[in-house]
Amino acid sequence: MVANVQAILEEGLAALAATNDPVELENTKARYVGKEGAISALLKQLGTLPPEEKKSFGATVNQAKQAFEAALNTRREALAAEKLAKQLAAEALDITLPGRGRSAGGLHPVTLVQQRIENLFRSIGFDVADGPEIENDFHNFAALNIPKDHPARAMQDTFYVEGAGEPLVLRTHTSPIQVRYMLDNQPPIKIIAPGRVYRVDSDATHSPMFHQMEGLWVDEGVSFADLKSVIVDFLRNFFERDDLQVRFRPSFFPFTEPSAEIDVLGARGWLEVGGCGMVHPNVLKNVGIDAEQYTGFAFGIGLDRFAMLYYGVNDLRLFFDNDLSFLGQFK
Amino acid sequence: MKFSEQWLRSWVNPALSSDELAHLLTMAGLEVEENEAAAPAFSNVFVAEVLSVSKHPDADRLNVCSVNVGEAGPLQIVCGAPNVSVGIRIPCARIGAVLPGDFKIKQAKVRGIESSGMLCSGKELGLPDDVDGLMILPADAPVGTPIRDYLNLDDRLLTLKLTPNRTDCLSIKGIAREVAALTGTAQTVVEIAAVAPQVDDVRSITLAAGDACPRYAGRVIKGVNQAAPTPDWMKQRLARSGTRSISAIVDITNYVLLEQGQPMHAFDLAKLQGGITVRFAHAGETITLLNDKELKLEADMLVIADEARPVALAGIMGGGETGVEAGAQDVFLESAFFAPAVIAGKARRLGFSSDSSHRFERGVDFGSCRNALERATQLVLDICGGQAGPVQESVAELPARAPVALRVSRVARVLGLALPADEIVAILRRLGLATALAGDVITVTPPSYRFDIEIEEDLIEEVARVYGYDNVPVSASVAKLAMLAQPGNLRGKAALKNILAARDYQEAINYAFVEEKWEADFAGNTAPVKLINPIASQMSVMRSTLFGGLINGLKHNINRRHERVRLFEVARVFHGVAADAQPEKIAGLAWGGREPEQWAAGKDKVDFFDVKADVEALLAPRRAEFRRASHVALHPGRSAEVVVDGLVIGVVGELHPQWSQAYELGSAPVLFELDVAALLAVHKHEARAVSKFQPVRRDLALVVDEHVAVAELLAAFAKVKSPLITGIELFDVYRGKGVEEGKKSLAFKVLMQDTQKTLTDEEVESVVAEIIRRGEGCGATLRA
Repeated sequence: MVANVQAILEEGLAALAATNDPVELENTKARYVGKEGAISALLKQLGTLPPEEKKSFGATVNQAKQAFEAALNTRREALAAEKLAKQLAAEALDITLPGRGRSAGGLHPVTLVQQRIENLFRSIGFDVADGPEIENDFHNFAALNIPKDHPARAMQDTFYVEGAGEPLVLRTHTSPIQVRYMLDNQPPIKIIAPGRVYRVDSDATHSPMFHQMEGLWVDEGVSFADLKSVIVDFLRNFFERDDLQVRFRPSFFPFTEPSAEIDVLGARGWLEVGGCGMVHPNVLKNVGIDAEQYTGFAFGIGLDRFAMLYYGVNDLRLFFDNDLSFLGQFK
Repeated sequence: MKFSEQWLRSWVNPALSSDELAHLLTMAGLEVEENEAAAPAFSNVFVAEVLSVSKHPDADRLNVCSVNVGEAGPLQIVCGAPNVSVGIRIPCARIGAVLPGDFKIKQAKVRGIESSGMLCSGKELGLPDDVDGLMILPADAPVGTPIRDYLNLDDRLLTLKLTPNRTDCLSIKGIAREVAALTGTAQTVVEIAAVAPQVDDVRSITLAAGDACPRYAGRVIKGVNQAAPTPDWMKQRLARSGTRSISAIVDITNYVLLEQGQPMHAFDLAKLQGGITVRFAHAGETITLLNDKELKLEADMLVIADEARPVALAGIMGGGETGVEAGAQDVFLESAFFAPAVIAGKARRLGFSSDSSHRFERGVDFGSCRNALERATQLVLDICGGQAGPVQESVAELPARAPVALRVSRVARVLGLALPADEIVAILRRLGLATALAGDVITVTPPSYRFDIEIEEDLIEEVARVYGYDNVPVSASVAKLAMLAQPGNLRGKAALKNILAARDYQEAINYAFVEEKWEADFAGNTAPVKLINPIASQMSVMRSTLFGGLINGLKHNINRRHERVRLFEVARVFHGVAADAQPEKIAGLAWGGREPEQWAAGKDKVDFFDVKADVEALLAPRRAEFRRASHVALHPGRSAEVVVDGLVIGVVGELHPQWSQAYELGSAPVLFELDVAALLAVHKHEARAVSKFQPVRRDLALVVDEHVAVAELLAAFAKVKSPLITGIELFDVYRGKGVEEGKKSLAFKVLMQDTQKTLTDEEVESVVAEIIRRGEGCGATLRA
């Protein structure tokens, strides 16, 4: 009797192991532990046994049933896992295909450099000012101590604009922004003035329209030493070189006194990168600031030139061609 | 100002190398723009004499010469130059010489004949020479002398880029003065003695405009030999200063200009009728200048006139009729001072410039007119002979040289560097400035050659310059801390640019001046702001729209085979010349595929609604109203005005097909242009409570006539005043099967939510019914 139970169980376990299909597995289950199943049939025999044998035989059959059901569950899980694995394998993608959707555009390299410089100066409390590009003689020249017919005007070949009455110009520098700001505000004044400027000049190194950034700090006790320290600090941070050599070379601008050109030492010698100086007392007087109480410095740099140096661009004209092959490099 | 270093060193010779001298000048504000050798490097070339010439036995064009190079015996040299002849003196490169171009001279056999060197042409030595063949030296050139020494070739040519204030350095004398001050080296000044008159001839001088010409000196020199050659030393100095030799008299005036900084003019005495008057031109007068330019004189032009007519444009250029030409025997030399303000701008107005006008408009030393005249006289007598008359000089009110007070304390304040008074005084004195120290104040009287010392700061600059800008300390600036304001209701332009860049637009920068046609085509602007002096006709007017530049950029990129172009620009446009007529705009252009070409994605072209979404992104979270409007550049059925808070802030739309065709763009780009100012304002966010109760969504499909705009329905729905509605949005448009021809089905989702409770079906249905009723008011029917 007991040997028969063991044989049925082994036959059942073998049948489970041989089954690879979930439906077939359930059929196999029915054949052994279903109502009419072989193991279930053994239990039905229990009633026919003498009482002393009943207990032990019942236990044997139950053990066999539990063993079968455990094996059945294991087999079920194995088949499910196998099925999932197949499904996952079938669903696999070529993950090297490119991502989909819109790409990103980008900002113009001159804008990027302008923002970089604005951020540097904002970090030491300079605000950003702006102003019109068609200017009158007062804001572009006279207020800046550049009288009519002064040879200094020949330093900046000017575009003139038709207008009623007074002569109008395309601003030759962003200094008129400073003039307007000083007319509207009393010291302390700490601003930078970026923008488009215009001069009658066009070749590989000159564009009739280009970008300048000027800076102005007017307060009590602002000195030439302050000018030097702010400019050196700026240039070293802009180019990220603590050992960058900067020199200040005496020069002349009608709106500053003393005036200096700013040179940095590059691989091929000294390179002029801007102009600066102490704001000329006449300029302060022209905008209603007490030149005795207040002193200040101003500086100006070419943003296009800084962008050329920063990105290694060798032809200024590339900035105004709007060729996507060029501009796309600065995304 | 270009000059020979040796010439300068003959005036002042500091113990500095050529490079050190150039650096010194540059760092003192006299920028050395160029520093070039007078002649290229070569060695072992000597003055030699040709002793004999005989034909080469085996070559027709070659000669065998015997050449005396000084030491040892004569050398045998084979020479191919056509102008070789016995007795001439020429440069001879000896064995071992290295000529320009690394050309080494070795012992050689030329067609079987030994040759021990080479006779040289100017070209072979890198020297300017028009002679075809050997460079012929003067007959007295000392044989055996190195040619570099003989021709003074170890010289350098320096070019100063002088700023307009440093007119005092437009001469050897001035540069020497500066170098002496900067280095403390003594100068060897050319002694100028007054030339005693030998004849009595004079011309009267009348200063009729004393402010414009406060000093005029002149003198007659009779019996001048015009044919006399300019001496080589003078020619060389002129040449090395970039001045061409013309004739002895003209060369002398140019030489004095370069040496003394005093522009001079020589008249042919015979052609001057009577005395000289310096006056402003009269109406209708004309003059033909030395450059053959005939010009109508204007009333603000100062002239030198004789009794009949203007004979020179004062300080700018002499007249052609009275110029010194070959054959002139008697000359009248002029040395004058003209006020800078009178000369300034005139040459530029006439479209040329001269060495004279360049100097006078900046300022010429009014204290040295007479000295320069004496110097020129002596040179004329030495070189051309003749007899000088007495100097005639008229003087009116010369420029004032008011003393300038310099406070020692102010120097410290402006420079951030406390210099002791005695050091400041020493610096100023080295510059030749007369100073007096009293307490904190140094009083300086500027000399007649300085036109740039009027106020205290001018002197501070002089002190800083000589002390050395490099020596002013660099230490971190100290300032009061104050944060910059960060208004919560404003954003910067950078934010707008970043939105567009993130939405796949590339920033462009275009010129503000454009073709006039673009203004008409893209802005309907027939009266644009015009430039008076445009650089080119296609850059002649100021733009009032950014469209032209973007379309031009598109065209450029189409030509470069780009298949998808998306550009934007932020810039001012010009509706007029007033400050408030130059608003900033932000404009964009999209052309080609909606998305970059890629796998498993649509190939649709970008359209109105794609770009509308970009415009909405720039405005978000504010909502604009899009109104149909006509714009000259845009498709009338596919463009809209963008309206925010009742104000039109821009346009968006497809380019009008006529322009797509005219500008050969293939398909039409979609463009937008908006006012930057309208986009910078942002509302400050304020949080609202979020309901804890379930939201409800109901979808409605409404059928309307094709011509009914979605906005009409949305406006009608908006009239349903229920606090339960949290949003009504269109999510589909359908035409076709099941919808009558000429109609469209619009699907809306209605979102509802209460903050206090879960909504009941009755509440929801009542709101929906009201929305449907409003829709029916627009002719809509609920789709079956």
